[in-house]
Amino acid sequence: MWKPEPALTDLRYLLDRAGLTRETLLAQYRLMCLIRAFEESIADRYAVGKTPVFNMAAGPIRGEMHLSSGQEAVAVGVCSLLTDADAVVSTHRPHHHALAKGIDPGRLAAEIFGKATGLCRGKGGHMHLFDAEKRFACSGIVGASYPQAAGAAFSFRARGEAQVAVAFSGEGAANHGTFSETLTAAALWQLPLVIVIEDNLYADSTPKWAALAGPHQSPRAQAYNVPAYLVDGMDVIDVYAAAKRAIERARAGYGPAVIEAVCYRYRGHFEGDGEDYRTREEVEQWRALDPITRLGRRLVRLEWADEATLAGLRDEAERAAAEAIRFAEASPLPEPHEALMGVFA
Amino acid sequence: MRGIAFAIAEAIDQEMAGNREIVVMGEDVTYWGAVFGFTMGLHAKYGRERVIDTPITEQTFMGMAVGAAATGMHPVVSLMFVDFLGAGFDQMYNHMAKNHYMSGGQFAMPVTVLTAIGGGYGDAGQHSQVLYGLFAHVPGFKVVVPATAYDAKGLTLTALRDRNPVVIFGHKLLTGLPFLPFEGEEEVVPEEPYTIPFGQAAVRRAGDDLTIVTAGVMVPRSLRAAEQLAQEGIGAEVIDVRTLVPLDVDTLVASARKTGRVLVVDEDYQSFGMTGELAFRIQAGAFDALKAPIQRLAVPDVPIPFSEPLEAAVIPSVEGIVAAARALVGARAAAD
Repeated sequence: MWKPEPALTDLRYLLDRAGLTRETLLAQYRLMCLIRAFEESIADRYAVGKTPVFNMAAGPIRGEMHLSSGQEAVAVGVCSLLTDADAVVSTHRPHHHALAKGIDPGRLAAEIFGKATGLCRGKGGHMHLFDAEKRFACSGIVGASYPQAAGAAFSFRARGEAQVAVAFSGEGAANHGTFSETLTAAALWQLPLVIVIEDNLYADSTPKWAALAGPHQSPRAQAYNVPAYLVDGMDVIDVYAAAKRAIERARAGYGPAVIEAVCYRYRGHFEGDGEDYRTREEVEQWRALDPITRLGRRLVRLEWADEATLAGLRDEAERAAAEAIRFAEASPLPEPHEALMGVFA
Repeated sequence: MRGIAFAIAEAIDQEMAGNREIVVMGEDVTYWGAVFGFTMGLHAKYGRERVIDTPITEQTFMGMAVGAAATGMHPVVSLMFVDFLGAGFDQMYNHMAKNHYMSGGQFAMPVTVLTAIGGGYGDAGQHSQVLYGLFAHVPGFKVVVPATAYDAKGLTLTALRDRNPVVIFGHKLLTGLPFLPFEGEEEVVPEEPYTIPFGQAAVRRAGDDLTIVTAGVMVPRSLRAAEQLAQEGIGAEVIDVRTLVPLDVDTLVASARKTGRVLVVDEDYQSFGMTGELAFRIQAGAFDALKAPIQRLAVPDVPIPFSEPLEAAVIPSVEGIVAAARALVGARAAAD
């Protein structure tokens, strides 16, 4: 879904139409850099103790690890249109959504490390991140995000609040029955729900062509009288422009929308993935479309930033990620007796 | 009042009148009152904004309950027959039951699920199950099984004020609806709202020779069995657990220590279910006082068959309870 690089005049036109300012773009650049730095730092720490023999239970971070490097533009393009009061329901690959929603990187990292200072005090882990203040929830079950976001959207509508709910999912999840079910209900009740399909072309190890006869899931929305946007998920401006229409429409009471953002994950489905289902050449091709690099080049072309400014933002992001990891590593583990607490409110 | 259906509906009505957070959703909850009457009358009073027929999308309306509960609502969700749980169970056992715990206590899940259980009227293998053992097995659900209209109202009101997922299992043969057999009794149920705390078993009948522990429609059935046993000189104490989670172990153990013999009667499948769990908890507190091994009567491990003699052969009956109790007390001579 790569879209041609616009000429400078057209770029200015697109930005103007989307209402994107220099400040917003610089903030998006910095946030995408933070996500990238965060994910790569987690990857480094996750690898500790897991070589030469890969043992998921070894090292400072246990369990599965699904990282989002390459998919930053989708999270940032959508979430920069949301407030703390809007709801996001994320997936098994949730860090970029969490950071884009404004969750504290330190408490996020601490949860990933299973520490007492983590978002969920160590009870959730990387696939089950929750932050009530940011109205952020997660599910490790593929396809589970849609109905829960619809429930939040239902709640907003019932209470006469102007918030929206966003369900993120992969393109594999969009084959789950919950996608059709939720569109049925959300369209029926005109819920302020935006479904964002992060189409990274692979469901675990299964290429999209092996799981879906057609090219995209988003056209299915039409069958429910729901508008759908197919966007370049490696371009934060394209994602933002579509998300703005979808979110403003939902906020104004005109019902749900679907965004399918074609993107790519640079790392495996999980850390330790042998990636025998794709080629290195393909990964490199997609890296050439890197959303951070593309936005940086555009900022330079627009003369909204020079290389030194961008380098400064990257450094700032690196420092913030490093600080988050430091906080997590220095934090205490939870007390074992806490395992028996909190089943019921 | 005749039956639990109107009692549950009355409780919801009384609570939702004063609590704007409560909405009712599910299949056929308007005109048909969730089919088994648990929501009857609510649509006429509150309209479609608060009493909402859903498309047949169990995964979605159970998941919506999770999302709505996380954002300030208290959804009351109808899972029409408990047998349909498979169509929406992921959202229930992986999310509704776990999100409070997994979020480190950030998201309470105030959801009340209504569902109809039980056989005995010829609805066969996919519309006659009980299955509360499955819910009680998963940490995070409170499991309510009312046996009387009085309890149904008071326990429902407690559920509607609880900040946790509560599943209310209403037995079809206790609903009091005209199209089903009725095994309950006409009762006086106070008009004003009242609550019954979870985790308090009710001793429905006192006796000295054995304790029958049970729930749901097996409560009136066990009481009828106890009447027959009394004519034979056997005093059966009948205990209605009322809620499986939380479970009132103390009342069960105290009775077991008094009578020394325990029969657990259940309409759920026999293995790895309520009977085994209750027997374990009772023996752990009363082993030294037991005069005989704890016995159980439940659905043998087969699906519920259709044809009447087949169905009657697997769902515990008054006669079956009497026979099991008699056999248990018959061990008296050897033990005493």
